[in-house]
Amino acid sequence: MDREPILQVNGLSKAFGGVQAVLEVNFDLFKGEILGIIGPNGAGKTTLVNLITGFVKPDAGSVLFKGKNIKGFQPHKIANLGLVRTFQVMRPYHSLAAFKNLIVPLNSPRVRRTSGGKLGDRDSVAIDILEEIGFERDARVPYKTAGSLPLGYLKRLELARCIALRPEVILCDEVFSGLSMSEIASMIPLLEKLQMEGITIMMIEHRLRELFRLADRVAVINFGRKIAEGIPKEVMEKEEVKVAYLGTGKRK
Amino acid sequence: MAEKERRKKRFDRSVKVRSEGLYAISSWREMGFLAMPRLLLILGLLVLPLTLDMYWQRVLCTAGIYALLALSFDFLAEYVGLVCLGGAMFIGFGGYTSGVLNAYFEWSPFVTIPIATLGGAVMSTLVLIPCLRLRGIYFAIVSFMLPLFSVYIIIALGLFGSTEGISALDTLPNIWVEQYVVIGAIIVALFAIRRLVNEDIGLIFRAIKDNDQAVRASGISITSYRIKAVFIASLIGSFAGAYLSHLYGWLGLSLFAMDFSILPIAAAVMGGMGTLVGPVIGAIILTPMSEALRGFGQLRVVLYCLVLIGFILYKPEGLMNYLERKYHQFERWEEV
Repeated sequence: MDREPILQVNGLSKAFGGVQAVLEVNFDLFKGEILGIIGPNGAGKTTLVNLITGFVKPDAGSVLFKGKNIKGFQPHKIANLGLVRTFQVMRPYHSLAAFKNLIVPLNSPRVRRTSGGKLGDRDSVAIDILEEIGFERDARVPYKTAGSLPLGYLKRLELARCIALRPEVILCDEVFSGLSMSEIASMIPLLEKLQMEGITIMMIEHRLRELFRLADRVAVINFGRKIAEGIPKEVMEKEEVKVAYLGTGKRK
Repeated sequence: MAEKERRKKRFDRSVKVRSEGLYAISSWREMGFLAMPRLLLILGLLVLPLTLDMYWQRVLCTAGIYALLALSFDFLAEYVGLVCLGGAMFIGFGGYTSGVLNAYFEWSPFVTIPIATLGGAVMSTLVLIPCLRLRGIYFAIVSFMLPLFSVYIIIALGLFGSTEGISALDTLPNIWVEQYVVIGAIIVALFAIRRLVNEDIGLIFRAIKDNDQAVRASGISITSYRIKAVFIASLIGSFAGAYLSHLYGWLGLSLFAMDFSILPIAAAVMGGMGTLVGPVIGAIILTPMSEALRGFGQLRVVLYCLVLIGFILYKPEGLMNYLERKYHQFERWEEV
């Protein structure tokens, strides 16, 4: 694989009051790979995504996207560079029809620029994207208001909103959580397809089995620090990781 | 072949997309069903002045001002998510701009009103820009303070006649022009906003209301869109203010009165929040009602409050949402 880093995170730290949410996290995200970020609840994974995408201001460290420091940029600026995220708790525009949800990213400066003003009918483009992501084209689902969609569709909609921006990197915050096994099984090919199209993906995930099918590498975070990084099998063999997930085993 | 197939599919789809939003219009009956309420409203507003005497015609003009304010309040609150209690500021800025231009430069109201609409909107927007990072109740509180703030600036600096105000401004030629100017403005503003909220820019406004963080994640600057929304709303409000100063031929500190911030909210609650037309109708009912109750002296306020409390308790959806629901139970005029 091409080992060109597209996103470099160096010494990123953030404390909320006395709680050190993220401490000196370093990692590189290489172009075209899928990197899994795992760790117990409260380890600082979502904060990490918030820090990278500008929703929370880091205390220290730097974030280089394609060699350019984007630390301190506004979230919409970062999204327009092609670094987009999903939200763990879905944030649909519940009063709008599902396909109208995509009108928002389709009006972003990035899409205007990359399409050269020749996007055509935005409604059609939106429905094309929804179909690509697994909404049945001829069913009523794309036309229903987002507030009335079931969870599985909302997760897809969250991803569709990212894809509409024509991103280079997607940071997925637990796209599998709350989905049934069959729903997850249908999401996996989707993510694989995105990777084939050349999109780099960083996934935060608790569903390890599914993640390991997808991820090229994983990084483990615990108490805000990165404790391991490497290919999935090796990482899970490490002592620190076992301790983080299963406890020290001192008490029997 | 494949290309042709694809194009056909795309065509079908866009028909479907549009038809979902617009209904399939298949007969005169359906068209009548859809057009009826709109026609009724427009004709009603146009005919209304003909049925009133001089006194109530003046009341109608005042009601029109509140209707415009209620419309702009409803647009900001329900479609952009900014609860703005600064209606008095829009009125004040618009009214002062047009009144001052008229008094000092002796320009005709037909020149000063358009200038004040734009000028007042620009000023209101500039003042509100620093507050746009606030959300919910915080924005409401700050926007409520701004008219008071403006009043004290005018008093402290002794501007524009200070506490006395400026009187003997030019008024519009006659009562008919006065009425139809405001009625025309209501109709134009109402249908313009209704269209706007379904255009792309309106969809982004609504998305900001539903979830502003997700809009930022989609690469759109929420501040710049909020500025646009506030500007649109303050255009309507400033027009109302400019019109008001020429209606009374007077400008003064009472242009910043709290009534202009509060009564539109009552009208919106009564008419049905989020319907746009509801608040307009609410204002056209409430203002004359408050006028009719004048005979009761101080009891007027009590009766007025009772009506409002009644609505909030027993019909919180408001008149318009209720009527709309009932109207759609007619099954589009088809026999069942």
